[in-house]
Amino acid sequence: MPKKEWIKKVLVIGSGPIVIGQAAEFDYAGTQACRVLKEEGLEVVLVNSNPATIMTDTDIADKVYLEPLTVESIEKIIRLERPDSLLASLGGQTGLNMAMELDERGILAKYNVQLLGTKIDAIRRAEDREDFKNMMLDIGEPCIDSVIVHDVQPAVDFANEFGYPVIVRPAYTLGGTGGGFAANEKQLREICADGLRSSRVHENLIEKSVAGWKEIEYEVIRDGAGNCITVCNMENFDPVGVHTGDSIVVAPTQTLREEEAYMLRHAALNIISELGIEGGCNVQFALDPNSLKYYVIEVNPRVSRSSALASKATGYPIAKVTTRIALGYTLDEIANGVTGCTFACAEPTVDYIVLKFPRWPFDKFVYADKHIGTKMKATGEIMSISTNFESALLKAVRSLETGMDSLVVPALEALTDEELDQQLHEINTERSFVVAEALRRGVSIERVYDVTKIDIWFLKKVQNIVEMEQALRLLGDKAKLDRDTLMEAKKLGMCDKAIARFVNAGELDIREMRKEMNILPAFRKVDTCGGEFEAVSPYFYSVYGTSSTEAFNTGRKTVVVLGSGPIRIGQGIEFDYCSVHCVWALKKAGFDTVIINNNPETVSTDFDTSDRLYFEPLTPEDVWNVLEIEQPVGVVCQFGGQTAIKLAKAVRQGGYNILGTDLGDIDAAEDRELFNQLLNSLGIPQPKGTTVFTADEAAEAAKMLGYPVLVRPSYVLGGQGMEIAYNEKHIREYMDIINLNIQEHPILVDKYLLGREIEVDAICDGENVLIPGIMEHIERAGIHSGDSISVYPPQHIAPRIQRLVTDYTINIARSLHVKGLVNIQFIEYAGDLYIIEVNPRSSRTVPYISKVTGIPIVELGVRASLGEKVPAMGFGTGLYPPAPTVAVKMPVFSFEKLNEVEVALGPEMKSTGEALGLAETAEEAYLKGFASTKMAIPKPEEGGVLFAIADHDKREAMELAETLAALGFDIYATGGTAHKFNHNYIGAQPVPRPGEDTDALAKLFDSGKIRLIITTPTHGRDPHRAGFRLRRMAVEYGIACVTSIDTAKLLLKCIKLGKKESDIPALGLHELVL
Amino acid sequence: MATLILEDGSRFEGTLFGHKQNACGEVVFTTGMCGYQQTLTDPAYRGQIVCMTYPLIGNVGVNDLDFESSCVQPAGVIVSELCELPSNWQLKKSLDEYLGEQGVAGMYGVDTRALTRHIRDHGAMLGRIVSEGEEEIAAQNGEDVILEASCKAAYDVSAEGDVKIAVLDLGMKKSLTDWIVKRGAKVTVFPATASAEEILASGCDGALVSCGPGNPNGYPQIVKTVNALMVEKPVMGVGVGHLMMALGAGCKVIKMRHGHHGSNQPVKDLARGTCAVTSQAIGYAVDGESLPAGVKVSHINWNDKTVEGLRYEGKEAFSVAFVPGGLGGRFDTTYLFDDFLDMVRKNQAK
Repeated sequence: MPKKEWIKKVLVIGSGPIVIGQAAEFDYAGTQACRVLKEEGLEVVLVNSNPATIMTDTDIADKVYLEPLTVESIEKIIRLERPDSLLASLGGQTGLNMAMELDERGILAKYNVQLLGTKIDAIRRAEDREDFKNMMLDIGEPCIDSVIVHDVQPAVDFANEFGYPVIVRPAYTLGGTGGGFAANEKQLREICADGLRSSRVHENLIEKSVAGWKEIEYEVIRDGAGNCITVCNMENFDPVGVHTGDSIVVAPTQTLREEEAYMLRHAALNIISELGIEGGCNVQFALDPNSLKYYVIEVNPRVSRSSALASKATGYPIAKVTTRIALGYTLDEIANGVTGCTFACAEPTVDYIVLKFPRWPFDKFVYADKHIGTKMKATGEIMSISTNFESALLKAVRSLETGMDSLVVPALEALTDEELDQQLHEINTERSFVVAEALRRGVSIERVYDVTKIDIWFLKKVQNIVEMEQALRLLGDKAKLDRDTLMEAKKLGMCDKAIARFVNAGELDIREMRKEMNILPAFRKVDTCGGEFEAVSPYFYSVYGTSSTEAFNTGRKTVVVLGSGPIRIGQGIEFDYCSVHCVWALKKAGFDTVIINNNPETVSTDFDTSDRLYFEPLTPEDVWNVLEIEQPVGVVCQFGGQTAIKLAKAVRQGGYNILGTDLGDIDAAEDRELFNQLLNSLGIPQPKGTTVFTADEAAEAAKMLGYPVLVRPSYVLGGQGMEIAYNEKHIREYMDIINLNIQEHPILVDKYLLGREIEVDAICDGENVLIPGIMEHIERAGIHSGDSISVYPPQHIAPRIQRLVTDYTINIARSLHVKGLVNIQFIEYAGDLYIIEVNPRSSRTVPYISKVTGIPIVELGVRASLGEKVPAMGFGTGLYPPAPTVAVKMPVFSFEKLNEVEVALGPEMKSTGEALGLAETAEEAYLKGFASTKMAIPKPEEGGVLFAIADHDKREAMELAETLAALGFDIYATGGTAHKFNHNYIGAQPVPRPGEDTDALAKLFDSGKIRLIITTPTHGRDPHRAGFRLRRMAVEYGIACVTSIDTAKLLLKCIKLGKKESDIPALGLHELVL
Repeated sequence: MATLILEDGSRFEGTLFGHKQNACGEVVFTTGMCGYQQTLTDPAYRGQIVCMTYPLIGNVGVNDLDFESSCVQPAGVIVSELCELPSNWQLKKSLDEYLGEQGVAGMYGVDTRALTRHIRDHGAMLGRIVSEGEEEIAAQNGEDVILEASCKAAYDVSAEGDVKIAVLDLGMKKSLTDWIVKRGAKVTVFPATASAEEILASGCDGALVSCGPGNPNGYPQIVKTVNALMVEKPVMGVGVGHLMMALGAGCKVIKMRHGHHGSNQPVKDLARGTCAVTSQAIGYAVDGESLPAGVKVSHINWNDKTVEGLRYEGKEAFSVAFVPGGLGGRFDTTYLFDDFLDMVRKNQAK
């Protein structure tokens, strides 16, 4: 079928800020969609509030709106742009929900906008539990016994009739927010109430649990003519009961007979045909391990996280094909870019196994609840490709960057057998390692299966790894290691470092041995067809045990770009944005480009982003393997966040050239001693501090500096393990946490200054420096820069300080001989400017500041690394003149997904994403920013404000309360705060704290009388404190909660502005005068 | 250790399993990711050495249900990794045990991707599996594989139904007749050596020429039988049966470089305008340039654009190179059985 010719101008809705359950996969999908639309000659209007995305680049779409994803804001854009059609199925659940709301409110009809792809009716039928269930009944597809409830009691009645355990699934939420597994009435009542609150339509599905069954997924695709195929099927390592986003997943299925696999394939195709899906769709099943009985668990009528995974796993670009289908093409008309000779109607077949491992944020949230269930907790994921499960698993473990390179976890080794057995019954993030430890101790596969219901096939593979570990440990000496054993270990995916540890040798000893024995990896291509056709896509993975490699040195001038690995708190999509732009800049400069990365959600791992893609872990060994083939003229380590910069040393050690700032200069920035010397020589002040290794040394140092002090590891990532310590107890507690992983680098202890934070990104060619802009942080120092609201251009910084920022930046960049990008963070304290951190690499603010200044920072950084001089780049030197518009970057959090995590902000980063507010004035930009983060600006007629304030903030809080009261807000306050307010003639209704009268508080929250909670933390992370629990309750009741006086002041400005977000005109990025 | 030696002298190392003995045959690869038990018992692979491109084989062992015939058909099986501990609720034995029982040689630990790429680039060719130190044996091409794979005497599959279908067994898969029986027809299976007269004398209302192994050019007698049936009754052909019908109609049948083996071959139905996923195990194809008047292409392989199906004008007959209802697509093309039975029923009503 030819393209629908009436389509001329398409509005594409993105997925907004990164939150748990909705990550970078939608930037990948949206970017692909926009490219296809442009290839088809259509005009593309894009709206997405997330500035850290490739899709919001002005060369990806014609018109880019970094505007809030609200119906009001999208209507404004529709009114302005008058698109004839809307593409929403690539913007995740957010995009889909927007499309449905726009339809429900009659906006699509009013402006005559056609929804492309799957029709609204079909989406509604798939999303609405009751409609869906009825439709499944009609076509004979089995659904689990269930009931839809809008109240808690019917849920309890259902469970009493059909029996516990039951699963609670709220309708219309992201990543199963609010859902859960209830084994008894008490749990059911809690989880059900929680689920109702998080559901957009106040609706829960209560279903009988089939925990322990196999969880199987099908990624299917259907065109408007009714042709459908399976792109990929997937099997969860974890049986039903764990959210698929939190499961280890393999593709294709491994433990199904053909009969079982095709029964489910048939069911999936049946369902999408009946729904009338046009595009990609994901169907999840529960399959009885002992019969042909199955249930349909869920259908996602859109491109999803799983489709990104399936695309990367097979090479079949689901988002692109979905977009073409939306335009009217059929599968047989859409070419397969991987083979160049086949079409999208051919089902991919693979000759390898793919494994996805979730990346959880629990290295940062040490006290959080690590159990996994129906509510997704992972922030990101990695994918590995290999020819056997063992090596796929071990590659995955290395790719996670959690400090592990094998299945051996010392903390688990230290458990008693009883403790371990107890662990085996827990379903938490450590599960695969617990299973390995049990097998290591000789627990039988059958016993492990009985407890975990993880299929024996998987358990045997884990046992194979464990047996190899044991065999190597038994050798105990590298001299006893023969070629066959070493080859076997490598085939099983063991890295040199782990093998070395098992046989008491050094990593490089093993590496040398391997080379002498000619045990080298080969690279194979991902080709969608199991080798049946010659692939043109240069997309590789490594294997051992074969000599036939498909990756060759091209002889062309090649640069290797190291990617940033999985999305985690502190290292998000921004670094993928930078890596992709780096590749594009290098291509422009005439180089062949290579990316090494392992994140299936990203644009960088799209096979046509770079000239060659290696889907590999980012460790020295894995990177060396690629470099040995590619023999690059340079390796870029400055765009892939801390992941890449940490590899700089290994790159140099391997004898390769780093493109950009030299290793010695990187060290001068990261090594405390060297950095101190540098700043001293430049006469630039910094907070006093020192480096230590032990808790005693840290306590001693803190005493010398005077509390409070900031404690953090050097080579930090997103403030990992960073804390403000107010006394020795804090110091010792944090040192214990930091030392959970072996520290190769010292710990920094600094005097903590409570000032205003300022940040810059700069481009330097070794001599000349360009500063695109200065960013001011709204919250005072002590809140991680990634969690504070950041405004550009600065609103409260005196010209004298701005000049100092410029001068210091130029001096530091020059002295460090930066060739490329540098990020510097300052504190303005008592009229003086101090340096707190220098990162000789790109930072998370680069995408946003690039967009709002119009300076292609990454490209200029790359050109500077290649030797071009900054003055010749056309943007001048020094501080670039500020833009006439104001841009506010707002952090976005996923607290509702993470139980037992402190909501109050601190020096350790907690946000998962960011949104931008862009407007003519600062206040309007703040307002848009808040709208983008779903923070409703409270109105006095809607309810009151509750204060629970730490002593040191009470004075400032009083001013706030006074103003709010004057504006007509009811003021509520907890114990001491209420006392203080009332004492100062500010009428505040006293409210009990959690623990005093939790029920009364819950009733108050339920009543809807509280619209906003302003609460600042006292010290420490003890989850039992009242403040902690108050903030958790706020999250659970969906009440806006602000934990810094500075944020509250900003919110007050927005309240006083008296405008609605819809009153402020939409501002397109393409319109900025650049 | 054992070696697979190809006609052109290439060698691939591995370890023997199953029946640890030498074997020879044409080496082909199949890209299906599951269903190795069906593949290995599919007579279309008779006498060949089959290389599985999916690297993990034997995961669900062998069960009592998934047979396409009573024995292992290929002469040898080549896999990358053989599962040591299979797992499935229907599991009866491991693949290793099964091949051992069946007297068929297997080789594991082979670089199957390298082998596949070799065949892809140089075409399917003869090969032999030899164990270490043994003298190389001369390769021989299996002849008369169709006759070997076919049943030896006619038998009834189902005696219930409004129409009677004769199935000419050229080495068919057991599941083939299920689709006809399910649609309410009586089914009798005839051996490949049966004459048209014999078949027609059974009182059939239509004939299905089955799939099977080998080069159809070597069986003029079968072509003659099929031709005679096409004159009298509605006929449907699948797999090698399709090629027999095409030969009978005067088309040329040529060897493809490496054939179509797997469960993901995309086929476009030109009349319906739809595309479907099909299961195939075939080394030959109708030469699209050779079609005589009255023979029209109905299906095309959307990967390599070879002819996948023909309509025979003036006759109640059609044929397809794939096997509807086979692995993979399975239900995607079973509408062809409906088409066939509609044709038979209409013809009977006349």
